[in-house]
Amino acid sequence: MIVRILGEGQFELREDQVAALEELDQQLVAALDSGDESRFTAALTRLVQTVRSDGTPVATDRFVPSDLTLPHESATLAEVRELLASEDVGES
Amino acid sequence: MGVMKRLTNIVQAKANKVLDKAEDPRETLDLSYEKQIEQLQQVKRGLADVATAKKRIELQAQQLQQAAAKLQDQARQALTQNREDLATEALTRRSGIATQLEGLKTQHDQLAQQQERLEATTQQLQARVEAFRTQKETLKASYTAAQAQTRIGEAVSGISESMSDTGLAMQRAQDKIAQMQARAGAVDELLASGTLTDLSGSTDSIQAELDRTASAGQVELQLAQLKSELNPPAVAPSGELAAGTGTPEATEEPVDGEVVPDQPPATGPAAGAAKAPADPFSLDTGSAS
Repeated sequence: MIVRILGEGQFELREDQVAALEELDQQLVAALDSGDESRFTAALTRLVQTVRSDGTPVATDRFVPSDLTLPHESATLAEVRELLASEDVGES
Repeated sequence: MGVMKRLTNIVQAKANKVLDKAEDPRETLDLSYEKQIEQLQQVKRGLADVATAKKRIELQAQQLQQAAAKLQDQARQALTQNREDLATEALTRRSGIATQLEGLKTQHDQLAQQQERLEATTQQLQARVEAFRTQKETLKASYTAAQAQTRIGEAVSGISESMSDTGLAMQRAQDKIAQMQARAGAVDELLASGTLTDLSGSTDSIQAELDRTASAGQVELQLAQLKSELNPPAVAPSGELAAGTGTPEATEEPVDGEVVPDQPPATGPAAGAAKAPADPFSLDTGSAS
């Protein structure tokens, strides 16, 4: 599976490696809902680092869409909320 | 749904907007390529904007440093004149500048970070554009195969997604520039209004007050000097003038101090006019004899 870290690039991970990201992703959701910045940063940092260490960078000459996307490591809770809010535009 | 999936949908929705897919996938390839070239130019412009913004902050910091140094001098000067109130005022303003400088530093760091990221983005983009250029010709040549259509679709989706990501990176940089410009404008206004020391040459209120105090001191000094000239300690050539001291009824001016001038105004031969001062706008200190 292809995972993009926004502003950094794409990484390829095996299915089982991606499954391991699920729990952290849920922590991210919980932190976004509760507005817990430190929990958010902790989860995001671990996600980004896991993708970097487990995944293989996708070569520059390979053009593929991503299956999953992560915010940049230094993104704040507010920034990600704003990004996610743009999803509501045009949705019912 | 997890954050990762939602973000993917968002980025890909944006990606679809970046590229209006043409009917013939081969046209889409060319269009993608053109868009990438366009974006590469935009990123390079963005990079130049960040560098300019950074430069402006550096210049402002310099101005603020100079203003702070000047206020420090003024505080010292005020203390030598026993004007503790003025010294306090100068130091208060100086600490205000320190706060401004801290804010500028934060922004400078943020811009430096954006600059670094955009530089990395530019390099990646450049490599990608180059790779895409050669690949799109291969894809076009093999277009007849059904599989190639899928591959073209993938390649185009992939490249649009990358462009959308680059777009986000540029937006972040532009946000930081906008923040910096708002602050820079505020600092410029402060510098211009004289709330902080104006460095363009016009005197600020602290300086004016110090100048007043200093010139008052000089007036006293010169007065004393004139007095001693007109009242030589030894034998005066003319008894009339020498008798001048201490005739209270002649006093009209409310001059502070013990000196009561009873003489005609000192003109030409007075000490001050004897030597031409180096600076036409500065008064002689009165030390000339």
